[in-house]
Amino acid sequence: MKILVCLKQTFDTEAKIVLDGNGKIDRKGVSMIVNPYDEFAVEEALKIVEKDGGQVTVISVGEQQAQDALRQALAMGADDAVLVDAGDKELDEYSTATILAKAISGMEYDLVLGGFRAIDDGSAQVAGRVAEILNIPVVNVVTKLEVAGGKAVATREIEGGNEVLEVSLPAVITAQKGLNEPRYPSMKGIMKAKKKPLAKKTLADVGLDDSQIAPKVKAISFSLPEARQAGKVIPGEAAEAAAELAKLLREEAKVI
Amino acid sequence: MAKGIWVFAEQLGGQIKKVSFELLSEGRKAADTLGEELCAVLVGKDVAGLAASLGEYGADKVYVVDNAALENYSTDGYTNVIADLIKQYEPSALLLGCTVTGRDLAAQVAQRMQTGLMTDCIGMEVADGQLVFTRPIYAGKVIVKACVPDARPAMATIRPNTFPVASNAKAAEVVTVDANVGEVRQVVKEVIRVASERPELTEADIIVSGGRGMKGPENFKILEELADVVGAAVGASRAAVDAGWIAQSFQVGQTGKTVSPVLYVACGISGAIQHLAGMSSAKCIVAVNKDEEANIFKVADYGVVGDLFDVVPILKEEVKKVIA
Ligand SMILES: Cc1cc2nc3c(=O)[nH]c(=O)nc-3n(C[C@H](O)[C@H](O)[C@H](O)COP(=O)(O)OP(=O)(O)OC[C@H]3O[C@@H](n4cnc5c(N)ncnc54)[C@H](O)[C@@H]3O)c2cc1C
Ligand SMILES: Nc1ncnc2c1ncn2[C@@H]1O[C@H](COP(=O)(O)O)[C@@H](O)[C@H]1O
Repeated sequence: MKILVCLKQTFDTEAKIVLDGNGKIDRKGVSMIVNPYDEFAVEEALKIVEKDGGQVTVISVGEQQAQDALRQALAMGADDAVLVDAGDKELDEYSTATILAKAISGMEYDLVLGGFRAIDDGSAQVAGRVAEILNIPVVNVVTKLEVAGGKAVATREIEGGNEVLEVSLPAVITAQKGLNEPRYPSMKGIMKAKKKPLAKKTLADVGLDDSQIAPKVKAISFSLPEARQAGKVIPGEAAEAAAELAKLLREEAKVI
Repeated sequence: MAKGIWVFAEQLGGQIKKVSFELLSEGRKAADTLGEELCAVLVGKDVAGLAASLGEYGADKVYVVDNAALENYSTDGYTNVIADLIKQYEPSALLLGCTVTGRDLAAQVAQRMQTGLMTDCIGMEVADGQLVFTRPIYAGKVIVKACVPDARPAMATIRPNTFPVASNAKAAEVVTVDANVGEVRQVVKEVIRVASERPELTEADIIVSGGRGMKGPENFKILEELADVVGAAVGASRAAVDAGWIAQSFQVGQTGKTVSPVLYVACGISGAIQHLAGMSSAKCIVAVNKDEEANIFKVADYGVVGDLFDVVPILKEEVKKVIA
């Protein structure tokens, strides 16, 4: 079983974000992490090969710094990694998916795993787009996965419940929280990861030129939202405060 | 020429989602500014009867695809049908609610049409003859405005409760279309719906949420009782979910659901950045917390410093009184 995991390096959630002189997001000095949903995907891939045998390859579209994220996945236990560096070009989800799919189409795979969403500027579409380009089925927001006999049985969250879907492999499955508990890389894992293969590719290496990855979405402006203002703290003991609160919600805020 | 702003009229079990009416209401204004028609796309089994209700919120036209194979949502089936319609009629924009279904469908359709998609938007305007969408990114720390300049249709998913519903009755023309459902590769083995009298978290007008301060699963009953007085949904912080007190599907925040209710009541929640990421677009935030230093008070419109076990039950009674 060959499993590919699409992994994105994202800003740390605690990171303070500032805009640079051009009004764009300043990436300098921000600490980066593996997109948490992609950690679920890596963990799930490892669990499957531990049970049934096989190989796990992690793949990322990003700049050189994204190697750190790939190394972390290798330290968790993935076998090898591929980084496709598109340089500092503006990419949108269409571009990223095009690059990922093109790179993946040159590899062997039975299953492609990803996160259902990247927590930075993610929009829950890259993995689905990859499935569409590769012309294989996708199942999103999966909280339980069983793979056997060339099929995947996935439980996904739907409104007010869950549904269990079966797809033939290869397929794209995106992870939701609850799928598993990602392991921490062990000291030994971290040491081993340094020697594992990490292939660096350019756009040309995967057979794409700039015109093929021109974004469809154009960002017009970035701004920092105005901080929400702290409102009133309602004084008094529980009974008094609760009564006042109910009144304010009804009469002042008009929300109940 | 590509024409028409389309709204995916999402329905479940014969009921159109409120967010679809919200999108039509706002889409009406954009369509008028751009001089385009506003169309709803209604897909399902035995749904034709719902078409008229879409006219009430401003749709000029309703495309109806009624097919037994579309009774339940499937990624492939719905993508095939919507893509087929888009190819036939070439709309300039397609708007969907940012719901479980809308999000799933939008990505597939966008790729099939080789177009751009902005997800989880909280605003839409017309500028220079284009639809421009506002979306929060980086856990709401940055707001980006973006458009799809060339590809068509321009696509966006929009958070429920972003736009008010405005009736604008039109006698919508109903166009029944035969679209190809094609092969559905996701085979349904089982559907487990957890019966709930409460509204869906992402669409609820009011949400009462509990965090680690709830102390245990049994205490969520206090929140449910308050919620039921005002027809609210119940939510939770990750701490409460991770403790196993409440299911993952109730989690609000960066790794949970993003909600935009009219009123969000946070009980025993400290207000970590990752929690705020999921609810800070609420119109009114109330915090009940015994720690006056808690971060949640920095964003709350109304705060009560106190023990939630004292405050919430009384609040329930007081709310009952004021809405009576
Ligand atoms: C990558 C990442 C993603 C995350 N995603 C999410 C997410 O999606 N959603 C989320 O919520 N968190 C998320 N978190 C976790 C987040 O950082 C916080 O740990 C979490 O939100 C804390 O939950 P809490 O406020 O319930 O608990 P705490 O921070 O422990 O706060 C409990 C609060 O309850 C108050 N309290 C206690 N007893 C009472 C009482 N009797 N009456 C009144 N008040 C009382 C306390 O004063 C305290 O303020 C994420 C973290 C990371 C690193
Ligand atoms: N640059 C990238 N490199 C590799 N995988 C990515 C990249 N961007 C997104 N993905 C994958 O697609 C998923 C959804 O991302 P998004 O659509 O950006 O929210 C992520 O969880 C990853 O699995």
